[in-house]
Amino acid sequence: MEYEAVIGLEVHVQIKTESKIFSGSRSGYGYEPNTLVDPVVLGLPGSLPVMNKTALDGIIKAGLALNCTVPNYCKWDRKNYFYPDSPNNYQITQYDQPICDGGFVEIEMEGETRAVMGSHRKVALTRIHLENDVGKLNHFAEDSLVDYNRAFTPLMEIVSEPDMHSGAEAFAFLTAIRQTMIYCGISDCDMEKGQMRADANISVRPVGQKELGAKIELKNLNSITGVKNGIEYEIKRQTQELKKGRTMTQATWRWDADLGRTELMREKEDAHDYRYFPDPDLMPVHIDDEWRERIRCEIPELPFDKQRRFMEQYDIPYSITSVLVPDWELSEYFERAAKKVPKCAQAIGNYVTNDLLRELSDSNTALSECKISPDGLLSLVEVIEKGVITKQIAKDVFIEMFNTGESATEVIERKGLKPDFDEGQVKDWCQEVVNENPRPVEDFRSGNDKALNALLGQVMKKSRGKASPQIVQGLLKELLS
Amino acid sequence: MSAELYYKSASELSGLLNRREISSVELTQSVIGRTKAVDDLVQAFNSFDEKNALAQAADSDARRNRGESLGLLDGIPVGIKDVLAVKDQPLTCSSKILADFVSPYDATCIEKLKRSGAVLWGRLNMDEFAMGSSTENSATKITGNPWKLDCIPGGSSGGSAAAVSAGESIVSLGSDTGGSIRQPASHCGVVGLKPTYGRVSRYGLAAFASSLDQVGPLGRTVRDTAVLLQSISGHDINDSTSYKVDVPNYVQAIKQLKGRKWTFGLPKEYFESASDMASMGPVKEAIEFYKSIGCEIKEVSLPHTAYAVATYYIVATAEASSNLARYDGIRYTHRAESFDAKDSVDIYRQSRAEGFGNEVKRRVLLGTYVLSSGYYDAYYLKAQKTRTLIRRDFEEAFKDVDALLTPTAPSPAFKRGAHSGDPLSMYLSDIYTISANLAGIPGLSVPCGYVDGLPVGLQILGKPFKEDEILAMGNEFESAHNFANEHPPL
Amino acid sequence: MAEAPHIDIDKVAELARIALTEEEKTKFSSQLESILGYIDKLNELNTTNVEPTAHPHSVENVWREDRATSELPTCEAVKNAPKQRQSMFVVPKVVE
Repeated sequence: MEYEAVIGLEVHVQIKTESKIFSGSRSGYGYEPNTLVDPVVLGLPGSLPVMNKTALDGIIKAGLALNCTVPNYCKWDRKNYFYPDSPNNYQITQYDQPICDGGFVEIEMEGETRAVMGSHRKVALTRIHLENDVGKLNHFAEDSLVDYNRAFTPLMEIVSEPDMHSGAEAFAFLTAIRQTMIYCGISDCDMEKGQMRADANISVRPVGQKELGAKIELKNLNSITGVKNGIEYEIKRQTQELKKGRTMTQATWRWDADLGRTELMREKEDAHDYRYFPDPDLMPVHIDDEWRERIRCEIPELPFDKQRRFMEQYDIPYSITSVLVPDWELSEYFERAAKKVPKCAQAIGNYVTNDLLRELSDSNTALSECKISPDGLLSLVEVIEKGVITKQIAKDVFIEMFNTGESATEVIERKGLKPDFDEGQVKDWCQEVVNENPRPVEDFRSGNDKALNALLGQVMKKSRGKASPQIVQGLLKELLS
Repeated sequence: MSAELYYKSASELSGLLNRREISSVELTQSVIGRTKAVDDLVQAFNSFDEKNALAQAADSDARRNRGESLGLLDGIPVGIKDVLAVKDQPLTCSSKILADFVSPYDATCIEKLKRSGAVLWGRLNMDEFAMGSSTENSATKITGNPWKLDCIPGGSSGGSAAAVSAGESIVSLGSDTGGSIRQPASHCGVVGLKPTYGRVSRYGLAAFASSLDQVGPLGRTVRDTAVLLQSISGHDINDSTSYKVDVPNYVQAIKQLKGRKWTFGLPKEYFESASDMASMGPVKEAIEFYKSIGCEIKEVSLPHTAYAVATYYIVATAEASSNLARYDGIRYTHRAESFDAKDSVDIYRQSRAEGFGNEVKRRVLLGTYVLSSGYYDAYYLKAQKTRTLIRRDFEEAFKDVDALLTPTAPSPAFKRGAHSGDPLSMYLSDIYTISANLAGIPGLSVPCGYVDGLPVGLQILGKPFKEDEILAMGNEFESAHNFANEHPPL
Repeated sequence: MAEAPHIDIDKVAELARIALTEEEKTKFSSQLESILGYIDKLNELNTTNVEPTAHPHSVENVWREDRATSELPTCEAVKNAPKQRQSMFVVPKVVE
């Protein structure tokens, strides 16, 4: 009997704002404990929430980018439960009228190799709503300490339909959300900083069965890879259990990344009675077409659309776009150069995704501080195209440009890298080399193509590396035919 | 003069201060002296800080001497119900759970009061978390009615009303969720006003029922009440439920609207069962007075009156059960220490058991129940719908009349302990005041007579944001009678 | 009139996180049942097409600009804490 897994994800994403969602206290990460607080954040007697307009703009943008419907009206509800990280022992959320309805996330699976684009599909969403984040518990041997800095940070809850079937899909889903949020400037989705958190609901059933199996909630998935690994492990575990004839019961499990396994946290309790009711301290939100349109116009070209366009418009392969697209700044940098001379796009793409990234990484420089501008890179590529210098020499020119900020021409001048000979001279050298190296000539003529390299090497030596290997090869072949 | 400074009106005192006939320090000393003399009997104050009050008074005098007086309330002692946040002062809500809490911030209305130069005076006793109509539910002390000390002063702003009545404060601030300003004002023979919902900011008011609570003024005269209302009214960015409506000049309005021939409505449902009620005598006389000065009196109907108490006790307790969840032993409240807490849930259960009084527990349990799974539609949703019907009753009635006249309470103050053991009968006595909170309209109580030596109040209910009108109406009555000058035999 | 509803006082007290003595449970459940019996009169009303009142005077879109404007110093934030350490609130160990 074959089994299949059905997975839904609940993803929490913090919206980047200056202040908190219902309080004018600063929002941030890494501050001294209990410094980003005010009466609202601490739930003091008499405190009252006031909506942050920018947080609303942020979630509408996220919803539109993820293909949701944003209805005309939404309101706030209280979700009542007691927990030490909750300042009021209720969370302000949206129960039955969320600000975003439905929607889908386009995901890209891993290809067979890194150079091959994997398949795309759409994962359906149920809804996205806005709520306040809660404080952080720090655990010690004998007790726990509560820090409310994180409390009331604006939090989007993105709920997927049970529409995924593997850890790999979940990985792709989170990656896609992360990239979209970064492109839209809504969040950096850094899981280490708690900017994105995910819980998974996993059930396994025999293939062909309509009903879903018992749902296991999986928590403590602290990285995108952890989500993938945890889900994969859990699917295996549940499948094995079912194969042994055991039944699954609804429960909560946690992933232990260090031990590489899941463990039971708690059996299903009676569903929490959250006693939802409309928050009497907050007024409802009316969203009109103008507002929706204004936000829609702020959404940039989204990652997969850009990827498709780059591949078609610039005829560059997935191996390049897969590096450019996830980094919005990098893709913008690339396009600023490629747009001007599209036929150089592939060469530009190669430089950006290999040499540029390598130099930036080695010198710990941000792209925004890079001394080579897109125009500067373009001119280097054009110089190679024209054959002024060889590709190999160009690599060194690039590094000089990166370190000094000079233009390609300036480096070539300064280092005297232009060949100071003509093709006639190259022909002569080829003839000399053929004359001086009978053995490789012999080998080549008897069918050993590789022997040409030895001859090529000799010509390159004579030209002090400045001759174009392609041209030399061609000339040698002519001579030897 | 000094012996009676504490019984003068704020308006008169303001004049004396401006003419330098008295200083704020003198005035405040008079009030402090009076408090020390009678509060052992009245028990209106949970606490007071003499030094702090005199320092504020000294600041006021210094301002006045520099020619920088801030207005009508500058230098006037204002008592504060122990439910409003004042920075660096206790905020107990008359509850054990907040017994040691000191507020780190000011409520908006307190900020405004400070900017008006008032001398904030003491922390006034109340029913715990504003839940009650007699101040008997206080965990700190029992407040007496200055007119008869073994009677209740009303509630929940019992301390606020008693202090003003007894001369322990010139004016005071209270809060009103179901009648908690108007009813104690009526019982103690002073003026009390519940503003339109949203007129005054709730930021810094420890919440009981968010959609019903309002902060409001109490004073011995309508004009004093108007002055205090003026200083605390207005839209507040920190309270999403406060409204952007212009604040008229209430003191001027009283003058400008004098002599107007109003049309009053008498809700027949309020008077039908009331003919034998103790309060009716003075209230009926008050109605006659308005007739006698040319006002028209009509009968109107508020058909859903009988459902108001039930509606209120669902909505208010539901909201309260959620608002009081924050008092949990974790961040700033009493924490039960007498046992070994296994986990936070233990701390919650025990701290709240120790920290809350019976009435609070009752209401939190009731509110939790009506919101719980399976009951939301039958109770909370049903109540909010009934609330709409009650609101519409008032809208209909106000099409034909300017305001409604009713008794504030069915009878004058009862003897302490008379209703203990029967919470429902206590709830039913709120019948005249509760609907105004449900509908969000303003209400004024003015003294209109006595029954068995205890004061009786006339309630004037007005259209939304028409505090100026009901103040003018109340002033009309007051200026033709002497109740404002009558003080309890303390 | 319908009989007074029965209230599961243990469940409600647990939801409300208030520990009750046996005596209190008896007293409160009988008092609450009596109040609920009274509240039952709302069922006399037909409210089928009536909108619930969420707020007495309805307004929409009440918000503020995204600026960091309010702050409490940490010492003020923890000064009322029953137990604190390193400027954080101490609670019994929480197992997550």
